[in-house]
Amino acid sequence: MNILSNFLQTSRIKSPWVLHFDCGSCNGCDIETLAVLTPVYDVERFGIINMGNPKHADVFLVTGTVNHRNKKVLKNLYDQMPQPRAVIAIGACGLSGGVFRDAPNVVGGVDKVIPVDVYVPGCPPKPEAIIDGVVKALELFAAKS
Amino acid sequence: MTSVQVFLALIAALFLAPMAVGVLTGVDRRITARLQSRLGPPILQPFYDIGKLLGKEPMLANHWLAFCSFLYLAGAVTSVVLFFLQADLLLIFFVQAVGSVFLVIGALTVPSPYSQIGAHRELLQIIAYEPLLILVIVGIFLATGSFKIEAVYAMEQPLLFKLPLLFLVLGIALTIKLRKSPFDISASHHAHQEIVRGVYTEYSGPYLAIVEIAHWFEIVLILCLLSLFWSTGVVGLVLLLGITYFVEILVDNTTSRMTWRWMLGTAWITGITFSLINLLWLYYG
Repeated sequence: MNILSNFLQTSRIKSPWVLHFDCGSCNGCDIETLAVLTPVYDVERFGIINMGNPKHADVFLVTGTVNHRNKKVLKNLYDQMPQPRAVIAIGACGLSGGVFRDAPNVVGGVDKVIPVDVYVPGCPPKPEAIIDGVVKALELFAAKS
Repeated sequence: MTSVQVFLALIAALFLAPMAVGVLTGVDRRITARLQSRLGPPILQPFYDIGKLLGKEPMLANHWLAFCSFLYLAGAVTSVVLFFLQADLLLIFFVQAVGSVFLVIGALTVPSPYSQIGAHRELLQIIAYEPLLILVIVGIFLATGSFKIEAVYAMEQPLLFKLPLLFLVLGIALTIKLRKSPFDISASHHAHQEIVRGVYTEYSGPYLAIVEIAHWFEIVLILCLLSLFWSTGVVGLVLLLGITYFVEILVDNTTSRMTWRWMLGTAWITGITFSLINLLWLYYG
């Protein structure tokens, strides 16, 4: 039984499938997040695959400013992800709303709508920082189980 | 077969063969990554993926989905077990067909557009490769005089010399079954974020893991069918399977995805033409 649960935990850490949602803003973080998935950074060597389907994903990467238009979409995507899941907010806009925080249509950070596990600051953050964020989220998975 | 042989065959069919295909899938991902100048995931990555999916929360849009995923697995496992017990090729073929249809039925039970389109594409894939498989089985019948696998193993010459064109036809069916380019229109291994992953959209968590394991069993079955073409020696058999699988990976990486019309046209026209030439040659030669 112990071997089985050990294997489950290892595989949870070794196979994080990500879902990427961009709430808008300047798309800088969006582009950097997609750069992580290219052969230059090749995150597939850690088992990370861009899923694009909340029902298959484990890690939710959110970039951009959450506004009143897309907060329902964000919540909906989060609700469709099976447990265990982790949410990573990326970039200044994802963390707090960034330079758009005073705009009337802007809600603020991602954590105003869904609980966030890891924050990756930067405008935009470097791809290495985003990979670090995912690694941090995996440590959370290990601690949870 | 003696009872010991049956027991060994069952172990091979239920554990060893899918494990081997899991490792093969890992090697496949590694080679694909190297062809794209990447490093690629560890070779055991498919097992990690399955383990993680089994440990996730079961989430169902419709309870029939779970039922259908189990039946898909049951169909695939039964066909592989029947093959290892050297049963009738026609029986194996029909059991396999029932299994694949349940994957489609599962996707159709959910009114999500992605799932529905994926299911229809998967149906078209099934329509494309099923006639080819049956033609290959007919070819084996004409060459050996029996639908039994034992008859193939009783032959002194490898089947490949009698059915070279049917081997190519089975290669087309293998490409469709492996969900590789240019036939990856319903559930590509790559492009997870596109509509081509449609048939898997609604399966999630442990049910997705079951569907993946069933897919491994289906690959086992097709590789077993390929292995019948060189049943006389182990070295030749391993070489034949290895070369065929490597060519599949190369084709996957050098071709692009095509439309279902193209898939149906190509699979039927080339497949049926090649089969007919080979069958006529067997019949009159």
